[in-house]
Amino acid sequence: MSKLDINKIRSDFPIFADKSLIYLDSAATTHKPKQVINAISNFYSNYYANVHRGIYELGMKATEAYQSARQNIANFINASDWRSIVFTGGTTESINLVAYSWARKNLKTGDEILITEMEHHSNIVPWQLAAEETGVLLKYIPINTDGTLDLSNIDKLITSKTKLVSIIHQSNVFGTINPIKKIINHAKKVNAITFIDAAQSIPHSHVDVQDLDCDFLAFSGHKMLGPTSIGVLYGKTELLDSMMPFMSGGDMINSVTMTESTWNDIPYKFEAGTPKIAQAIGFGAAIDYINDIGIDKIHDYEQSLLKVALEKLKSIDELEIYGHQTGENGAVISFNLEGVHPHDLAQFLDQDGIAVRAGHHCAQPIMNKLEVSATIRASFYLYNTEEEIDKLCASLRKTQSFFN
Amino acid sequence: MNELQELYQQVIIDHNHNPRNFHKIKHPSHSAKGHNPLCGDKFNIFLTIKDDIITEISFTGSGCAISKASSSLMTEALLGKTVTEAQKLFDLVHNMVTTGLANAKDIGKLAVLSGVHKFPVRVKCAILPWHTMKNALDKSTQTAITE
Repeated sequence: MSKLDINKIRSDFPIFADKSLIYLDSAATTHKPKQVINAISNFYSNYYANVHRGIYELGMKATEAYQSARQNIANFINASDWRSIVFTGGTTESINLVAYSWARKNLKTGDEILITEMEHHSNIVPWQLAAEETGVLLKYIPINTDGTLDLSNIDKLITSKTKLVSIIHQSNVFGTINPIKKIINHAKKVNAITFIDAAQSIPHSHVDVQDLDCDFLAFSGHKMLGPTSIGVLYGKTELLDSMMPFMSGGDMINSVTMTESTWNDIPYKFEAGTPKIAQAIGFGAAIDYINDIGIDKIHDYEQSLLKVALEKLKSIDELEIYGHQTGENGAVISFNLEGVHPHDLAQFLDQDGIAVRAGHHCAQPIMNKLEVSATIRASFYLYNTEEEIDKLCASLRKTQSFFN
Repeated sequence: MNELQELYQQVIIDHNHNPRNFHKIKHPSHSAKGHNPLCGDKFNIFLTIKDDIITEISFTGSGCAISKASSSLMTEALLGKTVTEAQKLFDLVHNMVTTGLANAKDIGKLAVLSGVHKFPVRVKCAILPWHTMKNALDKSTQTAITE
């Protein structure tokens, strides 16, 4: 097992003072270390003020902290320019921002948007609505039943009509890590804009936007130890510059007259109203926490947990794991236990203090492909342990024998 | 035995494994679809009503043990009942799964579902087939949705 100082890490998370909690739902949202909670509390207690306007000490301190969080996040994904980092409410809002401010303004009948059958609903529905309004055709890269993308027809799917390709980096259902660089390269050949939903990948692995050379990328703070209601839209500066605002109001304008307004520079143009100051500061603290341990070390540790979890789960009779047959996968495992509906199973696991997700995971096209109505999903993060996997397996066996 | 195991007692497990009246009626006079979008539970309820009496009742679909057993038990309980009696039983079951309170004489075998009230997130599972049945009686074309 790859080493992290797991006792030290767990002691940083107040929630784990409850020793009976086995939290295996980090793909939905993660718990917060005291460093993040304290950073938010410290802001509210000691230097709270609005940003970008106060000509007083507190306002300047708050602005500095807000800006430094943005720089911190830019560095984390190796963005060359902090102006590429737009703070949003989360991945969903980031996708909607591009669907409204880019897709609706730039696409027309005859154009095509390409996504995959593996997407979370948040990377399907905004494009469906945009496609409906603009008369654009929405196409899908199919998935195989083994949880990988079927790229055999990629040349036929990405054509001169393709104007936008939006893809999930790591599946929230299977854990599959998609070959996004390959797909981005295909998209570039036809000058399509590329959008990466990195909500599930960035918390667990090193993602470099310059290396990927994608046009847009989105992720959420709460899935990587940060607070809720904050996320990022990364966009290439020239694209962001060319776009109209998504929401309008204060803080996003240069000048306002009775008849017209001019827009502030990026990224502020997309951050109307009082921004998510406390959330950004908390998000920045989460990035610091991850950096202190090292994202590569976290990744290696999770990979070793994943290996153990797969081995142990496979030893349970009549337990079917979806995906994880080939290629690279994150520490997310969806499965079903023969004869026990996922909702019943999740309820029994909960009795043993084990929190897993049961349902369609906001990915109904995948469930249809697998011909199941729901699955159980166990997802891991830096605070999980091998002992927790043993307890999960014991609880699964116990429930199985109760039902049969 | 803990509260959860009490809820999933033999009757529920039995009806989940061997659901009664689990098929489609060929020419039902009434039918409706029920769906819980959050869980993915989906059921169809079929009824034949002659002279105000439920002479046939069945269901198809899939869902958790609670929703499936509730559907199965419902079909047993409603066969031969009048429409008014069925509607009255809906009210009694609805009250029972949300409060745990039920009169043994009125509710009969359905009392096994009373433990559901201790698990608020599962109330929707138990009540889905009943809402669907009610929609069928009301000739509603809308899918019954609980979440």
